[in-house]
Amino acid sequence: MDTGVRDRTADQTANFNGSIVASLQSVSKAYDKVEALRGVDLELRAGEVVALLGPNGAGKTTAIGLFLGRIRPTRGRVQVFGSEPTRAASRTRIGAMLQISGVPETLRIREHIELFRSYYPQPLSLETILTAAGLVGLEQRFYGKLSGGQKQRLHFALALSGNPDLLFLDEPTVGLDVGSRKALWSQIRRFSGQGRTIVLSTHYLEEADALADRIVLIDRGRVIADGTPASIKQVAGGRKITVTTRLDRTTVERLPGVSDVRPRHHGLEILAPRAEAVVRKLLELDPNLHGLEVTGIGLEEAFLRLTQGVKA
Amino acid sequence: MILQASTTTHRRRRNALRIFWLESKYEFLKNLRLPIYSLSVLMFPVMFYVLFGLSFGRSDFGPVSSSLYYAVTYSAFGIMGASLFGFGVNVAVERGQGWMHLKRAFPMPPLAYFAAKVFMATLFGLIIVLTLLTLGTLFGGMRLAAGQILVIVGVLIAGALPFSALGLALGYLTGPNSATAVVNLIYLPMSFSAGLWIPIQELPAFFQTLAPYLPSYHYAQLGLASIGAGDGGHVGWHILVLTGITLVSLLVALVLYFRDEARSYG
Repeated sequence: MDTGVRDRTADQTANFNGSIVASLQSVSKAYDKVEALRGVDLELRAGEVVALLGPNGAGKTTAIGLFLGRIRPTRGRVQVFGSEPTRAASRTRIGAMLQISGVPETLRIREHIELFRSYYPQPLSLETILTAAGLVGLEQRFYGKLSGGQKQRLHFALALSGNPDLLFLDEPTVGLDVGSRKALWSQIRRFSGQGRTIVLSTHYLEEADALADRIVLIDRGRVIADGTPASIKQVAGGRKITVTTRLDRTTVERLPGVSDVRPRHHGLEILAPRAEAVVRKLLELDPNLHGLEVTGIGLEEAFLRLTQGVKA
Repeated sequence: MILQASTTTHRRRRNALRIFWLESKYEFLKNLRLPIYSLSVLMFPVMFYVLFGLSFGRSDFGPVSSSLYYAVTYSAFGIMGASLFGFGVNVAVERGQGWMHLKRAFPMPPLAYFAAKVFMATLFGLIIVLTLLTLGTLFGGMRLAAGQILVIVGVLIAGALPFSALGLALGYLTGPNSATAVVNLIYLPMSFSAGLWIPIQELPAFFQTLAPYLPSYHYAQLGLASIGAGDGGHVGWHILVLTGITLVSLLVALVLYFRDEARSYG
């Protein structure tokens, strides 16, 4: 299962001929006794939008912290723009949106942005930032008076203020309502491109699917899959066949082309990359089968199956 | 080539100055607009001075008038608060809630962050001491020469450094929820016991014995010595104690800062 997903080099070269801008090389990170990351290899290429997808506690925030130089790896190597992530030169090319609170509430949007712009040698103009983050007309508003969605947009504005080549967004839309989430998505999408690399962590599959052209699935500190949304669905068993049959689970599991079988109601739920051959075989073995249904599986299900596969 | 290099250095220096300036300006504005900080830090010394320093009429404390004596002790009280709260509570909150982590992920020079807080606390301190001296002059019959004002202001502002350092250490020792309470628990008893509210000579003997162990006492005595109203202790000794407290606090803060930097989050 793994080999199929990880072997994406050809696929990647076709989509992005960008060079490697940052990488984790066999990186492990342990906090006291908990291992947050275990031997992770991850390369980020110029121009791609990568989603780190996984449940809470999977190690996504740790991965971002390593790239930002905020966390030192226990083992392995972190490189950003060819040097240590803590180097000032690489920092000026990076922007970040982290899961934080405690943003000073008595400063205005314009003031927050002006201060963060000053950290960079060649920042974007205030107007460009306000437009990109959808904050035009709110520049005099105090941070404390903003709605949840507006606050997240300001965090996004700060992240892009230095005109970064590499942008990290840690759970950018967590806690937002659907409308605000969609608005932030379109701002992120508009800001991508032009050789800019964006890394976002999320536990919303919909978000990864909507924004990323590459998804890295992380579970309990390990990369369990890395590929396009389509290839992940493919590997997890592209089609789901639901059927009521007298055939038992073991028989079906042994059929060629079947990747997984689970009992469901009075029948079976069968996963197969190509459904046609399996259906033909099933009909051959049990001409009386009924309730046949073939559907594509969602990313949500692909994700669940991949994580369960590792646990087993 | 050489010219180019020097303009780059020049530009970099100007950028750094701009960061320090904006960081300081917004640190000040942020706190000024925060009533819990600006009102308590500015209003309490002013209110206490008006109530206890001016409204009882004029009397003399040894060589100086009560209005001048209280102007110094209540200024010391106010400036100490500006420093302790400005550092302690701000650092604890910004550290505990992730704001500092975010700023550290950006190319902000860490020194700018701390320098801005020194600037902010100094500016609040200046406002306090100048307000009290003005009130004393207008309503307390104080007559001070320009040189005297300069000495008082200079001693009180410079003498606040240990409390900025102590506040910084407290900012690292406490969390966002406990900082205000902890700082108050240290600040208020320390102010009273050192004779910042009621002259030390009028406090019960217990406090007079306790006072020399408190940094607030040495600070107040430095301020009072600048108007010739100290209790006779050696100025050098006060300075030595305050320097010691500054160094120990900075050391604690520095150790905890690097522990924070090494430790990760999330």
